[in-house]
Amino acid sequence: MARSNFAIKRQTGFATVAMICFALLYIPIFTLVVYAFNEGNSVAIWQGFSLRWFEAAWNNEKVVDASIRSVRIASVAALLATIAATMAALATTRTRPYRGLTFKYAFINQPLMIPEIVTAVALLIVFARIKVATGYSGLGYLIAAHTAFCIPFAYLPIRARLESMDLTLETAAADLYATPWKVFTRVTLPLLWPGIIAGLMLAFVISLDDVVITEFVKSGGQDTLPTYMLGQLRRVVTPEMNAISTVFLAISIFIVTVFFFISRRRT
Amino acid sequence: MASAAEIAEQAGRQDVRNRWLLTTPALAIIFLASIGPLFVVVLYSFLTPGPYGDVKWEFSTDAWVSVFLQRDIFDDTLGIADAHLSIFLRSVRLSFATTVLTLIFGFPTAYFIATRSEKTQALWLFLITIPFWTNLLIRTFAVQEVIRNEGLLNSFLVWSGLTSAPVQILYSDWAIAIGMIYVYLPLMVLPLYASMEKLDFRLVEAGYDLYATRFRVLRRIIIPLVKPGIIAGSILVFIPSLGAYVTPRVLGGGKQMMLGNLIELQFGAGRNWPLGAALALTLTVIVTVALLYYVRYVAEPERRHG
Repeated sequence: MARSNFAIKRQTGFATVAMICFALLYIPIFTLVVYAFNEGNSVAIWQGFSLRWFEAAWNNEKVVDASIRSVRIASVAALLATIAATMAALATTRTRPYRGLTFKYAFINQPLMIPEIVTAVALLIVFARIKVATGYSGLGYLIAAHTAFCIPFAYLPIRARLESMDLTLETAAADLYATPWKVFTRVTLPLLWPGIIAGLMLAFVISLDDVVITEFVKSGGQDTLPTYMLGQLRRVVTPEMNAISTVFLAISIFIVTVFFFISRRRT
Repeated sequence: MASAAEIAEQAGRQDVRNRWLLTTPALAIIFLASIGPLFVVVLYSFLTPGPYGDVKWEFSTDAWVSVFLQRDIFDDTLGIADAHLSIFLRSVRLSFATTVLTLIFGFPTAYFIATRSEKTQALWLFLITIPFWTNLLIRTFAVQEVIRNEGLLNSFLVWSGLTSAPVQILYSDWAIAIGMIYVYLPLMVLPLYASMEKLDFRLVEAGYDLYATRFRVLRRIIIPLVKPGIIAGSILVFIPSLGAYVTPRVLGGGKQMMLGNLIELQFGAGRNWPLGAALALTLTVIVTVALLYYVRYVAEPERRHG
């Protein structure tokens, strides 16, 4: 057995490249976080530890305003998208193929297939007309736009969960004379919860992160946190941006971690 | 009395009707705030620009003509629109470079993850997924800080003596390429990993038994087997690169434009909405062709073979 310790999976240099990749992925993020705690005005020269930029961001009315708006839009859009996506997932899984099923898949995934900038200008054109015609210029436009592109993201984990679910329990409940509604609320829904929660969180993060569509759809004074930051990046950047980014990162990573554990419990 | 078959058929029809009702909210929202507006873009691309933006309701094909051609101001002849063409070419070139480089970096990374033990695989995957789900703008901003003149990269170059003064990287094509590689790398690694995870290493072993070198095994066995993943990753990176807006805006500094920025310009300072609409549709067509290629040659055959 001369070859017993010959590693068949090994490829020369691959591990090194992988390590370089991971390092390159995380170095910029770490640098960003470190300089959020810089005492000086610079995002490049370290002048000692301080929390002053977090304080500055906290006291910056525009930042607080934009953050609240971001969370408001993301909550409503994620909720609406998850409800619509749950219904759509129930209607497109666990069935023999029927006419229009492929059409539905394509339709629901459409927002993923068109470049964001195209959807953004399309919405700009249409919403500009509606704004003039109705005089309404509230957050409704942003919520509608966000709900639409959140649906495919919410749909994915819910559909995956439904497809891995066992039909026998529901059949058993129906055999025991449960009404369809009772079967749904007492059996299907409790089993589906992890998928729904995962979909909701995914939709929330996607909405929270959006820059392009929001930038084109928003009316004056409707900055979300990402569009506010995009505007600030044109000016001289202070560590306040790093502080905002750090908090944003922490929230995203937290949600993704929770999502990761929920969707891993599937098996 | 209805026969059993009739009853079953009616129940089936009822079921399909219910399934349509359940899908209606999702379809309606996507139609209203995503697909429907695209048709309006088609309409707008055939209208005349208004003096202060928006459009005048007069039919015109000028917008489509000026996507690639421009009228000479002196003798009124049509020539190639150099400005647009150069932005088109830059977008394609940068997207192509991004795709190739993310493949070069992503392939070994995905292979590395796929060959770990099951437990550590989850951890490495998680490390790839985190940047993927963090805000694109923040990641672009992080890159900006690293490559700026007084940033980490230049500090290192000067400190190590490789260069005597900082190199201007920011606001160049290089900056856009670095930013896009950084931002889209996870999109390459994830599909590559998905196809490598299914790789049957008995074939690799057979290759070695027949005295193949490591490189030969890679080239003749591994790469052909994970080709669907390579194509999927390439398309997943190429498509958003081509439509990129945030990365070139932040790292290109407004001068080095890509297609996305050219489209935006028409709706802002350019005040030529029909042209912007025509450019947006051109981008959509390119992306759709790439997607159809993917469905035809990757997704479909894979499903057929199970």
